Amino acid sequence: MASVELKSICKSFGSVEVLRDVNLSLEKGEFVVFVGPSGCGKSTLLRLVAGLEDITAGDLYIDGARMNDVLPSKRGISMVFQSYALYPHMNVFENMAFGLEQARLNQAEIKARVAEAAEILQITPLMERKPRQLSGGQRQRVAIGRAITRKPRVFLFDEPLSNLDAALRVDTRLEIAALHKRLSDTTMIYVTHDQVEAMTLADRIVVLNAGQVEQVGRPMDLYAEPASAFVAGFIGSPRMNFVTGATAEKHGAHTLGIRPEHITISRDAGEWSGSIVHIEQLGSDTYVHVKTEEAGIVNARAIGANAFRAGDAVFLTLQSESVHLFNADGLPVGPART
Amino acid sequence: MTARRWITRAGFYALVVIIIVQAIFPFYYAILTSLEDGQALFEVNYLPAALDFSNYASMLTSGVFGRQILNSVFVAAIVVVISLFLAVTASYALSRIRFRGRGLLLLTILSVSMFPQIAVLAGLFEVIRTLGLFNSLWSLVFSYMIFTLPFTVWVLTTFMRNLPIEIEEAAIMDGAPPFTIIRRVFLPIMWPAMVTTGLLAFIHAWNEFLFALTFLSTDTQRTVPVAIALISGRSEFEVPWGNIMAASVVVTLPLVILVLIFQRRIVSGLTAGAVKG
Repeated sequence: MASVELKSICKSFGSVEVLRDVNLSLEKGEFVVFVGPSGCGKSTLLRLVAGLEDITAGDLYIDGARMNDVLPSKRGISMVFQSYALYPHMNVFENMAFGLEQARLNQAEIKARVAEAAEILQITPLMERKPRQLSGGQRQRVAIGRAITRKPRVFLFDEPLSNLDAALRVDTRLEIAALHKRLSDTTMIYVTHDQVEAMTLADRIVVLNAGQVEQVGRPMDLYAEPASAFVAGFIGSPRMNFVTGATAEKHGAHTLGIRPEHITISRDAGEWSGSIVHIEQLGSDTYVHVKTEEAGIVNARAIGANAFRAGDAVFLTLQSESVHLFNADGLPVGPART
Repeated sequence: MTARRWITRAGFYALVVIIIVQAIFPFYYAILTSLEDGQALFEVNYLPAALDFSNYASMLTSGVFGRQILNSVFVAAIVVVISLFLAVTASYALSRIRFRGRGLLLLTILSVSMFPQIAVLAGLFEVIRTLGLFNSLWSLVFSYMIFTLPFTVWVLTTFMRNLPIEIEEAAIMDGAPPFTIIRRVFLPIMWPAMVTTGLLAFIHAWNEFLFALTFLSTDTQRTVPVAIALISGRSEFEVPWGNIMAASVVVTLPLVILVLIFQRRIVSGLTAGAVKG
């Protein structure tokens, strides 16, 4: 039995349709990431599962029970908000205990559960502090702790890392992954617009675009075989190069897609020729932007530091097994191999 | 360069002294006058010549001044309680629920607070008569609300708008029913704003003169500002300055004390929302 099941879910705000016919089935203990550009409806979808928005049409099931009209607190879910949404006037303990008090648990049980969650997140020394006395990362832990104490069946994260600085974001990402391992029975739904978070955390990724599901699949499947040009452009960093026009038609497609890491750059010979317009040195890799006659500006990856300079004439060769071909509707053409 | 700096600094403190004297001196002179008696009143002095509390004693024991203070306390307190209750509930609706005409409604509320009192006086008098509230303290409670509600609603609406809606949603996810959300989450967060607006409402109700003069007709019903204005001496040629000043000091002190107690809250309330906490 699926842990969370969405059947033909639609959502409109007035006359604006934000979600159209969303069907998803999430396994128990699975970590699923909703990803997409802003305004694609991913947060709305999460809020529908949470019960913070009403479902316009369709059915939501959690562990087989229909949840459309069930109060958020009775759905067996917890949510971590983007802004953490800690109660500013309560200390850490009270923040984590509030939901349990509402559920009328006895004091001993509340203390035990809060202590356990605090232990997991290593925030035990902070119990007496108010949220304003905590750093961003600590607030984030308290927000997660508050969600853990309720022992949810489904854990919802709404862009939990977007308020953290880059270094902390990586650490917290690893902690969330560890938490998922630890709470292996808990289904987790995680919303983000950052495809790196999606790739690194997810068991399965749901790519949303303009209120519809573009593709559902394991991260590497989405990377290797995107079901549309949109997914191809969204998954992978830096972005896939897209080429249209005569060059793509030569391959029998409307659009040709090739990732920077699947282009070999050389000074001597290659499929496309051009001159370097810009270089980004990252240490481990170098991204070389080449202006080609055949394909416009193309971003290619060269491993490690190297001697390329802006203005150099270079040749590019595509790794043919990694070329993606799409028709005019953005759908893949034939076997994506030339 | 240093001379110039010295002059700037001296000028700054001179200005500070002028402002302080301008603000404090009238009150100081009232205290001074209230402590003097008889002929001493009419001699100009700037330091207390004697400590004579007989003006206070006569003010508080003879006549109905004690009763009038209670009237003022009653009116001001009820105005504060009702204003805050209505304003909190109204501001919740105005800040959280989208409905047609919300902006217009807010502007209307704001414009009401700009009517000159005298413009509504005649009409209000008829309303009070019709409601049978004439010479009742409830007439003041009713009419003061016209001026206290607009700003309490506005300040609290602005404050409530700046509260992240996610906090409310977190409480919903935690299973708190609406009343618990208001009591355990909203009220504690809004406490500074409520103290500020409540205190301003209290001061307004405490000081109001025109309505109190118009809607009340007997001495035992009057509130203190009117009562003080109507204090008369033994003959029409005598103005009992000592008593008047003693009464003024007595009614000012509670405000000064309240403001001092809540000083920090007021500041944090007035700036709340301006800076993200």
